Amino acid sequence: MTLAFNAALCALILAAALATILGRGIFRSIMFFIVYGLLMAVAWVRLDVVDVALAEAAIGAGLTGVLFLAAFGRLVREGAEAEPPRRINPPAAVACVGLTAALTWAWFSLPIPERPGPQLAEALPRAGVENPVTAVLLNFRAWDTLLESIVLLAALIGLWMLTREDDWRNRLGLPQHVRPGGVMSGFGRVLPPVGLLVGVYLAYVGADRPGGAFQGGTVLAAVGLVAAMTGLVRPPRISAPGWRAVLVAGPLVFLVAGLAGALLGTNFLTLPAPVAGGAIFVIEVALLLSVAVTLTFLVLGPPEGENRR
Amino acid sequence: MADLATYAFTGIGLFFFVAGTIGLLRFPDVFSRLHALTKADNLGLGFITLGVAFQVETWREIALLALIWALTLLAAGTVSQLVARVALREQNKR
Repeated sequence: MTLAFNAALCALILAAALATILGRGIFRSIMFFIVYGLLMAVAWVRLDVVDVALAEAAIGAGLTGVLFLAAFGRLVREGAEAEPPRRINPPAAVACVGLTAALTWAWFSLPIPERPGPQLAEALPRAGVENPVTAVLLNFRAWDTLLESIVLLAALIGLWMLTREDDWRNRLGLPQHVRPGGVMSGFGRVLPPVGLLVGVYLAYVGADRPGGAFQGGTVLAAVGLVAAMTGLVRPPRISAPGWRAVLVAGPLVFLVAGLAGALLGTNFLTLPAPVAGGAIFVIEVALLLSVAVTLTFLVLGPPEGENRR
Repeated sequence: MADLATYAFTGIGLFFFVAGTIGLLRFPDVFSRLHALTKADNLGLGFITLGVAFQVETWREIALLALIWALTLLAAGTVSQLVARVALREQNKR
């Protein structure tokens, strides 16, 4: 029974992946990409790694899918949705086959690790949190997480550089038109309270169980998008100083905590055991806010004026 | 007894999903396809949730299941309204 389910899941994942690459039309590819992400999330749950499943569902399928859809909508608005010619790109095909072969080789040649490994199990009491994933991400290998948060910020700055000169002072994204009292504005009033609760809970529970700032931040970003798209709140302008402060809060707090670790005698980005729990909590809160706002602004896109096509 | 209820209710739920899928594939226009789709979401998922609820231990988990169903209802209802409105506008344009 389990084998049948796993085999069906693998077949569905492969089919969705093939449909994403080979399907006709950009829109259809995006749809299959989202389906692929959701199926992957189910597969991660089957493999008992709920942390990765949450990240895949929220970021891989949800956020990336929405970013693709936003980009596609922009292509349509610009009148540039022409289909790319359907032929195989040899360098890309070679690169993808090579990557797949390398991953397959790695899978069969590397030893199967113990989970959690003996070193991690030995070090975990000093981490300040009980979830080994959070301990690695925010304490033992905080480098990766710090750089990830900076990459997100850099992506947003890069996106804002695409703003046209005339639009720079406008509000982020396209102007939204919502009928007052309509279905969409009702949706925008019902969903945010639940979404806020889920997002904050996901980030908070990350210390002991699956969850974390990135997963929670993505849920909060979805709440922000719903609020903006339903006209509940108006998106800010690029120049808004408060929002800019929130954007840099996460990486900044993270860096300061890392430097403090270096000054207090442990290494850069290694938190001293007595204060690790509290420090991780502060970093998680700052990261949660920064990730949520950065992702919301990324999907909203650069400011676009009212009367431009 | 609980297992029997689970089999019965998830069975009914699966029936609605199958019927909804067939409707989605076979119905002629956007509006009837939306009708089929939301039946699968609302009733199918509702019965499956009900069936699964017989297997859980605590009221907390039952409340979580109910919340998941309610959120899906909200999303499905909203999305089908929006899709239907766009389809109606396209239809009037022609």
